[in-house]
Amino acid sequence: MSSVRKPSYLLDGVAQVGACSLFLLQILKAVPASLRHIRETVRQVWFVGAMSLTIIMTCGLFVGMVLGLQLYYVLSIFGGTAALGTVVSLSLYRELGPVVTALLFAGRAGTSITAEIGLMRATDQIAAMEMMAVDPLAYVIAPRFIAGLIAMPMLACVFNALGIFGAHLVGVSWLGLDNGTFWSNMTSSVDVWKDVINGVWKSVAFGAVCTLIATFQGYTTAPTSEGVAYATTRTVVFSSIATLALDFVMTAFLM
Amino acid sequence: MSSEPQATIAGNAASPDPLIRVRGLSTVLNGKTIFDKVDLDIPRGRITAVMGPSGTGKTTLMRHITGQLAPDAGEVWVDGQNVVKLDRAALFALREKIGYLFQNSALLTDFSVFENVAFPLRQHLGLPEVIVRNLVLTKLQAVGLRGAAGLMPHELSGGMMRRVALARAIVRDPMLIIYDEPFVGLDPIALNQILKLIRTLNDTLGITSILVAHELAAISRIADSIFLLAGGRIAAHGTPEQLAKGETPWTKQFFTGAADGPVPFQYPAPDYATQLGLAGAGA
Repeated sequence: MSSVRKPSYLLDGVAQVGACSLFLLQILKAVPASLRHIRETVRQVWFVGAMSLTIIMTCGLFVGMVLGLQLYYVLSIFGGTAALGTVVSLSLYRELGPVVTALLFAGRAGTSITAEIGLMRATDQIAAMEMMAVDPLAYVIAPRFIAGLIAMPMLACVFNALGIFGAHLVGVSWLGLDNGTFWSNMTSSVDVWKDVINGVWKSVAFGAVCTLIATFQGYTTAPTSEGVAYATTRTVVFSSIATLALDFVMTAFLM
Repeated sequence: MSSEPQATIAGNAASPDPLIRVRGLSTVLNGKTIFDKVDLDIPRGRITAVMGPSGTGKTTLMRHITGQLAPDAGEVWVDGQNVVKLDRAALFALREKIGYLFQNSALLTDFSVFENVAFPLRQHLGLPEVIVRNLVLTKLQAVGLRGAAGLMPHELSGGMMRRVALARAIVRDPMLIIYDEPFVGLDPIALNQILKLIRTLNDTLGITSILVAHELAAISRIADSIFLLAGGRIAAHGTPEQLAKGETPWTKQFFTGAADGPVPFQYPAPDYATQLGLAGAGA
């Protein structure tokens, strides 16, 4: 009689979620000790934040330009082009800014976090740290987790700013919408707490989820080239799904 | 004559206050029995070599000793503490007294040679920079790589990486140093110097050393005693001279390098002729 269990995607999935949750608890427990390695945290903020600026700024600009173009066309049908600034900014602050930034973050920073930690695992660097009585959760994982929490909202703010700038370029500079109308309608309609801060909370949550998934996948990867490759792919897939699902849940609660 | 390895061999008598005491160690990995109720003592201040055929569990034994892997049964006592039952904080406190040279060096790839060796000092001791610098350069000088302090790990050869890892393992003058395959990739000059270094560390600082290696000539030069692991048990134990003259089939085969003996050269496989499709070809 074979004792080998038949593979079950549902059970394996639940086990992964459980393991990831326990991993989060371990990270939170290691955060106080990680404050000793503040330079490593700062280095990681630079690595996942500053190094992601180019892609975030570029994408933010183009997303804003596309939004400006599409919404100008739709609003012009109803004679409501004056609301362009309002609609673009609300779309960006509430949804597109945090969500698209998180998706880009997963692709740019999440994959590199997973690959780096996975290779450290494969080359025994994690084991070497443990043997030197240095907790890898405090030295490697927690600084990256904290960096994700710090960098994501800042990146989302940059994305929003460039998005609004892109919409302004298209709407005002190109299609001739009045500059004062664009800005005054936006500032009078956007509520700092309800729109901007809620979007920031979302990006903090997305930062936590994306970085948790990236570090978990790297830390638990099989120590082979193929294992690291699979872990990197899983980071993008799981982070994207988790971001969109969490966005729905948070939107329902924050509305 | 039975070729079954014996757990108790003359010369494996328990020493009065061993640094490491293993009792009833049993480990099964991936369905294969690695250890079957192994007992062994490693005395303080001596150089003890652990040898055996590939895949016999030498590195696994080191992982048990350092608490990286929990055994299925048995006790592993290091400096009076049962490693199996230590919590993470106590285990880390114990590991601060242990230097470990990994098989693949395990250097931190983002750090220079200097920073790799300085890493344990910076993490635990908070020493002034000038002292860290002098300690690191002293250890790098000992392994012949003071001039390579500024290089990155990817700029080093395999032998050089091993020497840097050795410098890192000894930088805090630990109570116990475990060398896992320390001689791989070393040229004869470096090998000679590393052998002298291990002996000197042992003699001058009283450090206990465990060597996991296959190089019989090198081990015979510096080891005070050798454990020969085979078949999940301790097949033999004694001084290099005693084992070289050993009469058991295990020691005879291991010290002569013969293909025939209790340790099969071939990994278990189906019949060779059948697998090549030659079975019955002559009929």
